[in-house]
Amino acid sequence: MRLSSEEREILGGRRGEAARRALEYQIEVGRFWGARRFVPVSNVHMMGDIEVMGDGGLDYLRRTAALGARCAVATTTNARCIDFAHRERLGQDAGEAAKERELIACLRRMDVVTTDTCINYQTVYQPRLGEHVAWGDTGTVIYANSVFGARSNFESGPAALAAALTGRSPAYGFHLDAHRRGTFAVRLDCTLEDLADWGAVGTLVGESHQDYFAVPVFHGFGRAPTADELKHLGCALASYGSMGMFHFVGATPEAPSLAAALGSRRSYEKMRLTDVLLRRVYARYPLGDGDARLVVFSGPQQSLLEMKRLGALFSGRRVKPGSSCFVTTGAGVLAQARALGYAQALEQAGVTILEGVCFYILQNLPQMRAANGWTNLVSNSAKLVNIVGAHRFNPILRRTAECVEIACSGALR
Amino acid sequence: MRRIRLARACGAVVEGEALVSEEGFSPRYDLDRWSGVITRPGHRLEGASLAGKVCFFPSAKGGIAAGWAFYDIKWKKIAPKAFVFGVTNPVMVQGAIFAGIPIAAGWTARGAVRSGDWVRLDPGRRVVQVLRSR
Repeated sequence: MRLSSEEREILGGRRGEAARRALEYQIEVGRFWGARRFVPVSNVHMMGDIEVMGDGGLDYLRRTAALGARCAVATTTNARCIDFAHRERLGQDAGEAAKERELIACLRRMDVVTTDTCINYQTVYQPRLGEHVAWGDTGTVIYANSVFGARSNFESGPAALAAALTGRSPAYGFHLDAHRRGTFAVRLDCTLEDLADWGAVGTLVGESHQDYFAVPVFHGFGRAPTADELKHLGCALASYGSMGMFHFVGATPEAPSLAAALGSRRSYEKMRLTDVLLRRVYARYPLGDGDARLVVFSGPQQSLLEMKRLGALFSGRRVKPGSSCFVTTGAGVLAQARALGYAQALEQAGVTILEGVCFYILQNLPQMRAANGWTNLVSNSAKLVNIVGAHRFNPILRRTAECVEIACSGALR
Repeated sequence: MRRIRLARACGAVVEGEALVSEEGFSPRYDLDRWSGVITRPGHRLEGASLAGKVCFFPSAKGGIAAGWAFYDIKWKKIAPKAFVFGVTNPVMVQGAIFAGIPIAAGWTARGAVRSGDWVRLDPGRRVVQVLRSR
C-alpha cells in the first residue's frame, strides 16, 4: 500500500502506540483486499459491548485504553446488550453488567461517544454524498452507502476502532467507484404498505444473492420511499444477503435512472417482485406450537415516527396478560417519545421499552427464552426474524398492526 | 497431492484437518461461541466442532458482530486453525486478521477437498494442498 507522510508518521509511533498498532492492522486488512491507499474518514460508528466482545475483547479494550488511545475522529457506539434499568427484570447477569460498565468507561476514556444506537443515521450523523466513513453495524453501512451516497465498508468492532484511532480506512470495496454500480435490477410490481413488507423485499432479494458485492437496483415503484421504509429494506438486504449497498431509482443519490445506477453494465439479471411473492414470505413461517406470548419491535431500534405509530396502535389497548411486548430505541428518541406522550401510550398498554439496546444482542437472551418458555417470536422486522433463529426462537414475520393485534389478543394466525 | 488455488489470503502457513461445509457461515448465527460447535438447527455442519480445523465455507453470512467473535473464540481456545471461503466479506477478514487466524478466499473447486482430509494452507502462495485424503 502507498502510505502518506502522515501514515508513515503514525507507523513510526508519532501518534502513540495504540494508533501505530491500529494502522499496522489496517494495512494487513487493506493488503488482503488489494487496497492501494487509505482514505480519510470523518466519522466512525462501532459495535462494542460485552455480549459481542466477550472477555477477550474487554481485555483488548483495557490494554488499548491503557496505551492512552484517543479517537482521531468523532466516534459513536452501536446498540449494546444490557439495559441497566431493566437488567434485573430481564434476568441479565450482574457480573456481565459490571463488565459492560467497565467497557463503556474504557470507550469513554478513548473519547468514544457512547450513543448506543443502531440508527445513528437517523439520529446522530448524516454524512454527505461521497463522504468516507467507517461504520458498523451492517444496517448503518447499507444506509450510509445507499441513501446518503456516503462510502463505507462493513466495519467490524476491531476495524472500526482502528479507524477511530487512525482517522482513516483502507480504500477497498464501497470506498471505490468500481464497486458502487448496480449489479442487477429488481422491479417492484408490488404493493408495499407496511415496514415489514419492505423487510420482506430485502429477504427475497438478499437470500437469493448472498454476496457482499452484489448491488441491487430497485425500480418501477410508484412513489418515493420513506426513511423508515429504506431502513427496513436495507437492514434485511444486509442481513439476508450480506449486502452493503443498493440503489433505488429516483430516491437514492447515485440512481437518477436505472441506466445511471447500473453504469456501463449492459447485461444484467432482472428480477421482478410481485404481491404473490411477498405473500409467500409471510406464509413461510411455521407457527410451531402457536405460542403468541412474545412480540418484539427491534432490529433496528425504532425511530421517533415508528414510536408515534406504535403509540397510536397500542393506545387504549393492553398487552394480553402473560404475554410480553418489547420495543427498543435509543436514548434520544425515547426522551422525545416521552415528551410527546408516545412512550406513555406504549407503557400504559403494558409494552416494555428498552433503551440503548437491540433485542437480538441482549445478554442472556437464550436463558431469557428458556426461563419464559417462549418458543415463537413475532416481529415486523425481517432482520430480527433472520437473526433470532440463532437463539433457537421460532421467528415469525408479521405486519406492524398484526404484531400489535397478536400482542393484545394472544392469538396467532 | 491436489492443489487448490485461492484468490486472496493472509496469515501464517498452517496444516490441519479439513472441515468442509456446503453452506455459508456466520460465527454469530451458526456457532455456539462457548463450545466451538455449530449449533444452528438445520446447518449442514450442525454438531461439528470448528476447533483446531481448517474450515472451508462457500460463503460468509451475518453481520458486524462476527469481528469480535473470532477474537472471542481464539481467547477461549476453541478457534479453527484457518478459514477458507469461496466468497467472503470484510467482517470475516477483519475479524480473522484481528484474531490472528489465517483466512483465504476464492475457493471454488468444491469437490477437491473433503472433511477429514489433511490440508496445508499457504497464504503467501495463495494455495491449499491436500496432503492426505481421508
